[in-house]
Amino acid sequence: MSDYIKPLPKPSPTSLPFWEAARRHELKLQYCEACKAFIYYPRDRCPTCFSDSLEWRPVSGRGKVYSYTVVRRASSRSFADGPYVLAIVQLDEGPRMTTNIAAPPEQVRVDMPVAVYFDDVAPGHTLVKFKPA
Amino acid sequence: MSLKGKAAAIGIGELKPLKEPGNATALGLMGKVAAEAIADAGLEKNDIDGFLVGMPFSDPGMIYPASAAEVFGLRPRMLNVVDIGGASPAGMIWRAAAAIDAGMCNAVLCVVADLNRAGDQRVPTVSVQREFEAPYGNIGANCGYAMIAHRHMFEFGTKAEQMAKVAVDQRANALNNPLATFNDKPLTISDVLSSRMIVDPLHLFEIVSPVSGGAAVIVASADVAKRAKHPPVWILGAGEYANHATITYAPSIVESPIKPAAEAAFKMAGLAPKDMDFVCPYDCYTITVIVTLEDAGFCKKGQGGKFVEEHDLTWKGDFPCNTHGGQLSFGQPGLAGGMSHVTEAIRQLMGRGGKRQVKDAHLGYVNGNGGIMSEQVSLVLERRS
Repeated sequence: MSDYIKPLPKPSPTSLPFWEAARRHELKLQYCEACKAFIYYPRDRCPTCFSDSLEWRPVSGRGKVYSYTVVRRASSRSFADGPYVLAIVQLDEGPRMTTNIAAPPEQVRVDMPVAVYFDDVAPGHTLVKFKPA
Repeated sequence: MSLKGKAAAIGIGELKPLKEPGNATALGLMGKVAAEAIADAGLEKNDIDGFLVGMPFSDPGMIYPASAAEVFGLRPRMLNVVDIGGASPAGMIWRAAAAIDAGMCNAVLCVVADLNRAGDQRVPTVSVQREFEAPYGNIGANCGYAMIAHRHMFEFGTKAEQMAKVAVDQRANALNNPLATFNDKPLTISDVLSSRMIVDPLHLFEIVSPVSGGAAVIVASADVAKRAKHPPVWILGAGEYANHATITYAPSIVESPIKPAAEAAFKMAGLAPKDMDFVCPYDCYTITVIVTLEDAGFCKKGQGGKFVEEHDLTWKGDFPCNTHGGQLSFGQPGLAGGMSHVTEAIRQLMGRGGKRQVKDAHLGYVNGNGGIMSEQVSLVLERRS
């Protein structure tokens, strides 16, 4: 058993390919053929055109910090182990993701370039995080 | 089709928030403020034939409205839970007016109450939020608003001092509100900025304090309003809009869905922001007020920080804003925090503002905000002279 106490994602049939790719340390997102646009988080239908013709494609894993905060006092006990950087990263391909930035809090800035890394937090569970690029 | 002038708020009930709930229950607090509001309206319980209620986090359940109505001995012709977060109370007001206008009922009790239960008891979230937000620590509301504030500072140069001034001016208002939780001493900008950093860039005094309490409003038809004890406060305009739940997936995190909600409300009323005598924007955080004033059209996008710096937001100032102290000083008793903006607007328009009465208050703007700048409800309210 792992001693990891933070919440872990429970993949749905819709999102399973995303988490399976993450376990292989690959970032894959759904692509809507009709809109010619990537989607995050995974869905059954494109939230723009409502088409269900979505295809999983690899993305670059590069982006910028759209915004961030340093959580010094967490709303949940499972995150009480010290300040962490919570961020919204906008990928070069367009979609925004909620994530963490692995960097000293004082070095994080809005608009800072970042690159994906894969954090194997617990057996069978990999989270998609970012670090300064 | 319009709700303009079709129904009026005629009675209010509101508790001074409790820091410790003691033996209180959510249903008990609801009953207390409901009784107060019915009496304030000059009605009897049997006059109430519509029931809109917020589900308390401390005692939730399915089939909620009928269960609560049974406890209170109500027999409503229209009943529902309104579940749009902090926008629920403002959302109840236009829903009540719409039900009245549709002929479904004549006098609607809109009521919210909750207990602040310490500990790790969490509001249940939808599966996508458990899957894509919670694992990264995007839990609770603080984080989202902090990220809005950082981006707002980055794009528009908004300053920490400007955000702090919202809390400072609203505290000056709270000093004249006996019901406010924090009404014993003034705040300064330096007090706010030297309070503990909770989620960068938001300090402790820029964040609402959870408390226990409740509030109720009676919305009635023109016919019932003739029997009211106090001057009726008419619903002139209403607008509602949402375009995301989690802020990460909003089209923009600095431009909120308040814009279409407020535009719809002002259009229905046939009025503009400049016509308002005072405003009651939802204030879970200081940044919320700045974004609301921009998106509702009181100033240009990006100018909210400068606007609050240059205007006196107190009841006697040139731009009275949250004259009850806002939730930042009143406290946030669950959904009743969002009702505090509605009850204050009604109080001001009825001329019952006491020491904080805005002079010649005839028109007021209210905004209710749910989640992380998600659900938005704007109202334009009027006292006819």
